[in-house]
Amino acid sequence: MLRRRADLLRSIRHFFHARGVLEVETPCLSRAGATDPAIESLTVTLPEATLWLHTSPEFPMKRLLAAGSGDIYQIARVFRAGEAGRFHNPEFTLLEWYRVGFDHHRLMAEVDDLVRGLAGDRLSRPTIWLSYRQAMLDHAGIDPLHADVGELADRARALGLDVRGELDRDGWLDLIMSMVVAPALPADGLTFIHDYPASQAALARICPENPAVAERFELYWGGVELANGFHELGDAVEQGARFEADNRRRRAAGQAAVAVDHHLLAALAEGLPDCAGVALGVDRLLMCLSGCDHIRQVLAFDWERA
Amino acid sequence: MAMYSTNEFKSGLKILLDGDPYAIVENEFVKPGKGQAFNRVKMRNLKTGRVLDKTFKSGDSVEAADVMDTDMQYLYADGEFWHFMMPESFEQYAANEAAVIDAMKWLKEQDMCTVTLWNNVPLSVSPPNFVELKITQCDPGIRGDTATGGTKPATLETGAVVKVPLFVNEGDVIRVDTRTGDYVSRA
Repeated sequence: MLRRRADLLRSIRHFFHARGVLEVETPCLSRAGATDPAIESLTVTLPEATLWLHTSPEFPMKRLLAAGSGDIYQIARVFRAGEAGRFHNPEFTLLEWYRVGFDHHRLMAEVDDLVRGLAGDRLSRPTIWLSYRQAMLDHAGIDPLHADVGELADRARALGLDVRGELDRDGWLDLIMSMVVAPALPADGLTFIHDYPASQAALARICPENPAVAERFELYWGGVELANGFHELGDAVEQGARFEADNRRRRAAGQAAVAVDHHLLAALAEGLPDCAGVALGVDRLLMCLSGCDHIRQVLAFDWERA
Repeated sequence: MAMYSTNEFKSGLKILLDGDPYAIVENEFVKPGKGQAFNRVKMRNLKTGRVLDKTFKSGDSVEAADVMDTDMQYLYADGEFWHFMMPESFEQYAANEAAVIDAMKWLKEQDMCTVTLWNNVPLSVSPPNFVELKITQCDPGIRGDTATGGTKPATLETGAVVKVPLFVNEGDVIRVDTRTGDYVSRA
């Protein structure tokens, strides 16, 4: 497995070298963190300040893009508190890359090239491209853009999901996506799900032709979520507003607020080139490539033994 | 009142849900990269034995169930209750039929059992993995009878019926695996 991981990393670097994408490294430890309420950062306390361990290298990579780096990629060890399970290890390896002048459709095609190239004949089916709305309609029988909270909750229960406690609209969508739609996606094939509801835009642009959806996509190998990508939001004012909204939701839920990355906002204000970016879980990719069913099987030492 | 967060969920943990005690069988962490995290939990109702699938929001807490497995000696049945005793303290507990339903056909006076107590009341009783019981009724074996696969039914002193080899006779004491109900050997 050590050898397989080394081979995978070498193949990834070869893929990007051949396409003229530059490998970069950015800090793991920063003065600002991810505000996303669904992600908890680990922190490091120094006498003078608390620093955040990055949950993805997105913010500093966008600062490089704004500074004119051109196409870049990074293979980074990242950290997410409390995420441990079959497909999660709190410290894991993320491959993140940005392509200037690409939209999310062109980037999806490149992700497909990379993963298909690595998988060889392990992927026996052709890749499927499905909008989020279509995926939910096909596999869960519900329209995610128009159903209200009550209808989503009823549908989830009708699909056999017995949930304790209350969920908001996006919570129900996440539940149905993770537990009904993803497991129904064909094994031995890749599925791209694109055009997420605007409420789940994260750092993606809102689609100019259809403001109900965001230019965001995810890649699944069978039912395993492998990658998340965006046609990147370049608007500093809107990005600042999303950070503040995240922190308001965090405080309302009793979570600690996270320092907002003013360097990123300043860089966006200077101008982020039109680009698309994606983050892909390398450990999960290695699981899929080698047929493993627990992430610990692809790590030298997992969280329990770290 | 003790609480467990979903982060502490693991198989064997005993929790209280809608007033019933459950044991966690399996716990899977499910989380989309950008979105709500869930714990999908398989749990066994310790009163009914039914296994349920429930989903929790990660980070939520549930009450712990005061459930304890204790080794006790089986004393006797009085027609309504089955009586057990803690060997050190001589403290006695009475279990009702629902608690002993699966174990009763293996219970022999003086044998040690595992009694699961919930709020200090017997919830269920597990017999020892192996018991030695006397055969009270079985037909003599007939040589050459292969139609029955070389076994015959035997009734034991507790009322249990097990398949035994043809050479075993009424009055013999045999060893039985209570988990499968299979004959192991003559004792």
